[in-house]
Amino acid sequence: MPGTAVVLVCALVFWIVENIRVDGFAYFCNISFIGLTNGAVYALVALGYTLVYGILELINFAHGDVFMMGGMFSATMILSVFGLHAHASAGSIVPAILASLAVAMVACGLLNATIERIAYRPLRGAPRLAPLITAIGMSFVLEDVAIAWKGPSYTAVPQVLPTGHVFSVAGVTYTWEKLIVVVITVPVLAGLVWLVQHTRQGKAMRATAQDRDAAAMMGIDVNRTISFTFVIAGALAGAGGLLYALYFGQIRYDTGFQLGLIAFTAAVLGGIGNLPGAVLGALAIGFIQAFNEGLTWHAPGSDWTQSIVFSILILILVFRPEGLLGERTPEGA
Amino acid sequence: MRRRRIAEAVARVRWAALARAGVSEERWDSWPRSVRRAVRATFWVAVGLVLVALFGVWKTSALAVAAVILLLVVPSWSGLRVGRLALGKWVAPAVVLGLAIAYPYFVGSLPQLPIFGPFPQVSTMVVMAIFTMMALGLNFVVGYAGLLDLGYVAFYAMGAYMAGWFASDQFASRRVNVGAVGLAEGWTGLHFSIWLVLAMAGVATAIIGVIIGLPTLRLRGDYLAIVTLGFGEIMPQVARNGDHFFGFNLTNGTGGITPIDGPGFGTWAHEHLHLPANYLTAGNLDSVFFWTALVLVLVTVFCSMRLRDSRLGRAWVAIREDEVAAAAMGVPLMRVKTWSYATGAFFGGVAGAYYASYRSGTFPDDFFFNISVFILCMVILGGMGNIWGVIFGACFLSYLDREGLANVGAWINGHFGTNLNVPLYEFGIYGVIIVVVMLFRPEGLIPSARQAAEFHEGVHDEPLYDVARGAGVTEQGAT
Repeated sequence: MPGTAVVLVCALVFWIVENIRVDGFAYFCNISFIGLTNGAVYALVALGYTLVYGILELINFAHGDVFMMGGMFSATMILSVFGLHAHASAGSIVPAILASLAVAMVACGLLNATIERIAYRPLRGAPRLAPLITAIGMSFVLEDVAIAWKGPSYTAVPQVLPTGHVFSVAGVTYTWEKLIVVVITVPVLAGLVWLVQHTRQGKAMRATAQDRDAAAMMGIDVNRTISFTFVIAGALAGAGGLLYALYFGQIRYDTGFQLGLIAFTAAVLGGIGNLPGAVLGALAIGFIQAFNEGLTWHAPGSDWTQSIVFSILILILVFRPEGLLGERTPEGA
Repeated sequence: MRRRRIAEAVARVRWAALARAGVSEERWDSWPRSVRRAVRATFWVAVGLVLVALFGVWKTSALAVAAVILLLVVPSWSGLRVGRLALGKWVAPAVVLGLAIAYPYFVGSLPQLPIFGPFPQVSTMVVMAIFTMMALGLNFVVGYAGLLDLGYVAFYAMGAYMAGWFASDQFASRRVNVGAVGLAEGWTGLHFSIWLVLAMAGVATAIIGVIIGLPTLRLRGDYLAIVTLGFGEIMPQVARNGDHFFGFNLTNGTGGITPIDGPGFGTWAHEHLHLPANYLTAGNLDSVFFWTALVLVLVTVFCSMRLRDSRLGRAWVAIREDEVAAAAMGVPLMRVKTWSYATGAFFGGVAGAYYASYRSGTFPDDFFFNISVFILCMVILGGMGNIWGVIFGACFLSYLDREGLANVGAWINGHFGTNLNVPLYEFGIYGVIIVVVMLFRPEGLIPSARQAAEFHEGVHDEPLYDVARGAGVTEQGAT
């Protein structure tokens, strides 16, 4: 199996190098920036999958739709509450975005915890597939809530973020809206790491993930910790939803389903249950998507993005279920 | 627990009512069985009459339907024996089948139901039968073997495209006719008889099932679900982008493949056996398609029952209940799982091909993830692993999909002055159904006794499906 992996990686590197030769390095850099931005959004969602999986071993199928609801909350805040429009002044944008971010994170956190309370907690002793099936059900329910709320067509969000150049050197341009996505993502991720590694609550989360019964015996309120994890995962999805709405400028009830599957793939690629792995996997998927859609030399194009992502998912699950950074566990194989 | 309390309360009420009528529990027990059965049947018929009268549909046909439903509900039929033959358990299926066969003849004279409006049209019944077949196919995988398959739509798509390739003008450079009926002048492409195509689609899809299954079936339950979902998403994308497959038009892209030939028996069978020569030109097109679909469903039901009781079926149940124990008893896990996959895929493929022939086309937009969940919802609602439950779930949900929701929506809007587009929320409704069923009645509406026991008691001290976790301590009964 390592031989195959080496061959695949070599082929990938050759393909990228050949593309750089054909299109020029500047073009390749611009495409990479797109990949980085995509990856940042995916990372926020992928972390939610990985947090929940780490603690409950449940694929929270509704997570992508929580992310979509985050985008819907943000769109409402930006459009109706603050009434922002394209080319608004920086003085009005910054507080509006921060307030929208806070609202989206809080609302999605509560939403996610409510879903856990309604649909997953009563099934904690049930067969393992039961909560997965209810998660699928909740995903459909959320999509229809969004349809009832915003209608079945795209909700457009105005181009609020500035699109000017941060720098433009020899054809390599980096624009402000891409930078802002990363600038919002990085502190959120740093906050998450701090929370999980350095707080009492984070310690409780890690203990519960490791062994729920032992954690309960040590006096940790397991149900509360699980709820808290869902709040955090939901808040990350809310932040992702805001960034998606701002950066891509449109969102629809089924956006979350597709993006959720991509983010789940990212989490699996990095090693599900592993926080740095989720970020790494998300960046990898972001780059792969950007290369596939942007590069010109023998790139399958956006028609095939989904198939490529799912093929990666299937290959990873079949050949290396523990992911890139995960450890080999008994349940991995 | 709660259910047992309700049952006890109902029993108390029943004995109290009987005591008022001068029948004590001992006296009731002393009567012969036939008398008790007659009394019970009369009671249920009376209840039915009251219900029918309350809803205000007082027509002979409505009474007939009500009587039939009540006869099915009366539990004592199951014990009926003639000589040594246990005829009782066949009464209900035979009555349902008879009604279904005669359905096209009496559908016109059926009354309107309250809320749900008219009874389904024959064309809807065709779709219901086809989805029943698919749900029974998925039941092999989800119900019997306990493997969650979220990409069943891939098999449906594969079957439909098999019909598209082998019974249409898609490959215009070839000119092959193997028993196809109703070809127009100057036809091109591959035209196989639909009966042949059904078999080919089943076999091809089963092979695809094995190919998908072999690498993935080693995975644990939820990973397997995601991988099947991945295949279910890749398949329609291949169909959508397949019009320039290395320069070759395989699937005709988003336009889909249309028209597809209809089934038929040809002129000889028409003249000698009075079978329709070509379904598409038969006067009662929907009816013949419906009867044929019924035959296919019957075959599926027969295979389901025989396989369930076979060595293979018992192996499926064994791995569903406890994979490790099954393996220890010598059940070859991979082979047994792959067989369940292949069997499920076979029926999905046949149903897909037949549906494509009925609709005379196959389009990539028919094969979304939603359909997989739709079929899964049928299996869950009816009762995983129970043939009659799955049939009920499939008929009910596909009826809702085709006509029911629109009718209910019209009723709601008419009565409450709202302006809801109920069919728009179809999948949200299915989502609610899935969640509610899993929370309150995970064994489904008509469960098999065995599944119900598994869900409520568990079969060993670890959660089901959770065999790879080793000897970890797990919560039990924490609800």
